[in-house]
Amino acid sequence: MNHLPLIIKREYLNKVRNKAFIIMTFLSPLLMIGIFSLVAYLSQLNNDKVRTISVLDESGWFANQFENKDNFKFNILKDIDLESAQKATQDSEVYGLLYIPKTASIDELSKKITFYSEDTPSLIVMDNIEDVIQSKANALKLTEAGLDAEQIKNLRVKIDTQLKTFGGEETSKLGSGLKLIFGGLAGYLLFMFIIIYGNMIMRSVIEEKTSRIIEVIISSVKPIKLLLGKIVGTSLAGVTQFVAWVVLLGVMSIVVPSILGIDVSSVQSQQQEALVQLQNNPGGMEGVVADVMKELPNLPVANLIVMFILFFIGGYLLYASMYAAIGAAVDSETDTQQFMLPMLLPLILAVYVGFFTVIEDPHGTVSQVFSYIPFTSPVVMLMRIPFGVPLWQQIISVVILFATFMGTVWFAAKIYRVGILMYGKKPSYKELIKWLKY
Amino acid sequence: MENLLVAQNVSKSFGTFRALNDVSIQVPKGSIFGLLGPNGAGKTTFIRIINQITLPDSGQVLLDGVPLQPNHIQHIGYLPEERGLYKSMKVGEQAIYLAQLKGLSKAEAKVRLKHWFERLEIGDWWNKKIQELSKGMAQKIQFVVTVLHQPKLLIFDEPFSGFDPINANLIKDEILKLRDEGATVIFSTHRMESVEEMCDHIALIHKSNKILDGKLIDIKRAHRSNTYEIGLLAGDQSKVAAQLEAKFETTPATFKTINDELQYRIKIAPNESPNNLLTFLTTLGEVTHFEEVVPSANDIFIQTVKNN
Repeated sequence: MNHLPLIIKREYLNKVRNKAFIIMTFLSPLLMIGIFSLVAYLSQLNNDKVRTISVLDESGWFANQFENKDNFKFNILKDIDLESAQKATQDSEVYGLLYIPKTASIDELSKKITFYSEDTPSLIVMDNIEDVIQSKANALKLTEAGLDAEQIKNLRVKIDTQLKTFGGEETSKLGSGLKLIFGGLAGYLLFMFIIIYGNMIMRSVIEEKTSRIIEVIISSVKPIKLLLGKIVGTSLAGVTQFVAWVVLLGVMSIVVPSILGIDVSSVQSQQQEALVQLQNNPGGMEGVVADVMKELPNLPVANLIVMFILFFIGGYLLYASMYAAIGAAVDSETDTQQFMLPMLLPLILAVYVGFFTVIEDPHGTVSQVFSYIPFTSPVVMLMRIPFGVPLWQQIISVVILFATFMGTVWFAAKIYRVGILMYGKKPSYKELIKWLKY
Repeated sequence: MENLLVAQNVSKSFGTFRALNDVSIQVPKGSIFGLLGPNGAGKTTFIRIINQITLPDSGQVLLDGVPLQPNHIQHIGYLPEERGLYKSMKVGEQAIYLAQLKGLSKAEAKVRLKHWFERLEIGDWWNKKIQELSKGMAQKIQFVVTVLHQPKLLIFDEPFSGFDPINANLIKDEILKLRDEGATVIFSTHRMESVEEMCDHIALIHKSNKILDGKLIDIKRAHRSNTYEIGLLAGDQSKVAAQLEAKFETTPATFKTINDELQYRIKIAPNESPNNLLTFLTTLGEVTHFEEVVPSANDIFIQTVKNN
C-alpha cells in the first residue's frame, strides 16, 4: 500500500485550488509589471525635466566649456556682478547659479567655486558640472606646464590582458563575469524560492494540528511519509506557480507597456549604455552581445544545466525539510518565529561566501569546504562549477546534499511523532533534543 | 472465547513518567470492550500503542495472534478523542482520501460512502466543505470515515462527545449494529451509563496500572454486596423500624412509590438466602418492594479507584 502518491496529490490539489493561491498567481505578475511600469514612467518624467543653470564665470576660462545637453541648459551670464546675478537667478525659474571667481592661478580656484541654489542640488548635477570644470582645469594646467594635452593622451598605454587556459582555450574577463552572473542568478533564484515556498510547507505541516485531524492521519500513515508527501506536493504547487509567473510575466511585459504607451526600451537602453561603458567596448551594445555569444560555448553548459537542476532541487528540498521540522515542532504559526533566523543564516552565509570568496578564489580552501557543506553547497558549488570543478567532486556534493535532506525529514518525522503526544506545550531547543531520544 | 486483541505486559514511559505499567488485556472477538479509567490514567497511551502511533517500551500487542505490524492499520478503525477533518476539503473528497489511506480503492470507497451517507441521511453533504458543517455534522462524517474500511477492530475514544441525544443514540445503534456484523469494539469513555448499556467486557486503568478487568456481569457479581432494597407497610412504623435496625445492617433508602412505607437497604450475610429475609419481613407487615441492589458500573468505578 503506497500512500506517498496519494498524499502528494492531495497536498498539491489542496494548494493549487486554494483561492488565495490562485489570486496571488495572477496578481503577482500584474503587481510586478505595474511597479516596473510606474518606475519607468516616473524616471521618464524626471528625465523630461530640463534644468537651466546660470553660470557667472569671472575667470573667463570655463564659460565656453559648458555645452547644453538633453537635461541641462547653461545660461552664461556676462557683465554682471555676483549680487545682482544671485538676485536674478533667485527670482527666475533657474535651477541654480554657478559662480567661478577670478583668481590669480588655477590652483587657487579649487576651493573657491560656489554653486548657489534654492535647495541642496542633486548629486548628478554637481558631478556633471565638476567634470566639466575639472577637465578644462587639467588641460589648462598642462598647457601652463608646457605640455600638449593631445600628446599626453597619446602617451597613455592601455593594458587588456588576454586570458588563455593551458589547454589553449581562449577565455576572457567577460567570461569570468558571465560565470559569476550565472552563479549569482542561480543562488538568488534558490534563495527566492526557499523564502517564498518554505513558509507554505511549514503551514501545511501545521495544518493537521490546527484542524485536529493529526491523530486520524497518523494512525493510517507514517509521519515520514506524510512529511515527504507534504514537501513534494507543496513544492510541485510552488513550481506550478513559478512557471505560471514566468509565463504571465513574459506575456504581460509585451502587452502592458504597449497598452500604457510607456517606452520601456528607454530605461533599458540607459542600462545598456552603462554596460557598454563598463566593458569599455568600442562596438557598443552589439559588440557586447557578440562577445557574450562568443563566450557561451566556453562555459560547461550541459554540466551547468544538469547540476543547476540537481542542486536547485536538493537545496530547496533540504531547506523545505527544515521548514517542515519547524512545523512539526510547533502547534501554531505564531510559535515559529524563534526558529526562523537560525535556519536562514546558513543560506545567507552561502550567498556571502559565494559573492566574496568564490569571486576571489574559486578553488580556495574556503570555497571548497563550503561547496561540500549541504546547507551552503547549492549556492557555493553552483558558483564554482563554471570555473571548472571535477565531476566527482560535484557528485559527492550532490550525494551529501540529498542524504542530508533525507536525514532532516527523518528528524522532522521524529519530532512530529513526539510532538503529537505532547501538544499544547511550546517546545524549546532543549525540549527538542530530549524528544529525539524518545 | 477467542481473543481478537491481546496486550501482554505493556509498559511505556515518557522520560521519568510511567504512563503504562505492565498492562495486560484480552479483548474477545465480537465484544464491546470498555476501557475505563480516570483522566490521565494511561488509556489514550494504550490506544495509541494499539494504533502504532507510539511503540511500547516493553511487552507486546497481538492482533489475531500476530504481533502488530504496519499493515494492521487497515484492520483498525480509530476515532480519537482529539479529532477533526481538513476544513477546506469537500466532504466526499476527504472521505475518499482517508479511505484510500486505509487501503480502499477509490471506486470501492465511493460505493461504500454512498451507502453510509444514505444510511445516516447525509447524502446532500457530499460537495460541502467541512468548515460549512456544524460540529455534530462533522462528527457524523468522522464516524463514517472511521468505520468505512470495515475494520475488524474499532476503537472509539469518547464517541458521543459533540452529539445531541438523538444523534448519540443513532451512533450507539450503529456501533451495536457493527458489533452484530462481526466487528470488535474498544470503547473508551467517562459516561458510565453508556458503559452499562453497551459494554460486555471492561478494563479499568488507574495510575498507569490495570486494576480491574473481565466480563462486566462477572465483575458486578464479584462486587455484589448482598444488599436488598425493601419497602414495608407496617402498623407501628417506628417499632418495626427499631426492630429492623437492631437485627440487620441497614441504611436508609429512597425510591419512588405510591405508598407511605418504610424504605431500607438491608445487608445480609453472603451465604444467607434472601428468602429468609423476605420471610422475616412478611411477618412484620406487607412487603411492597424487594429488590437486590446491583452495583452500577459507576459505583464499581468509584469504589475501585478509591481503594487503590
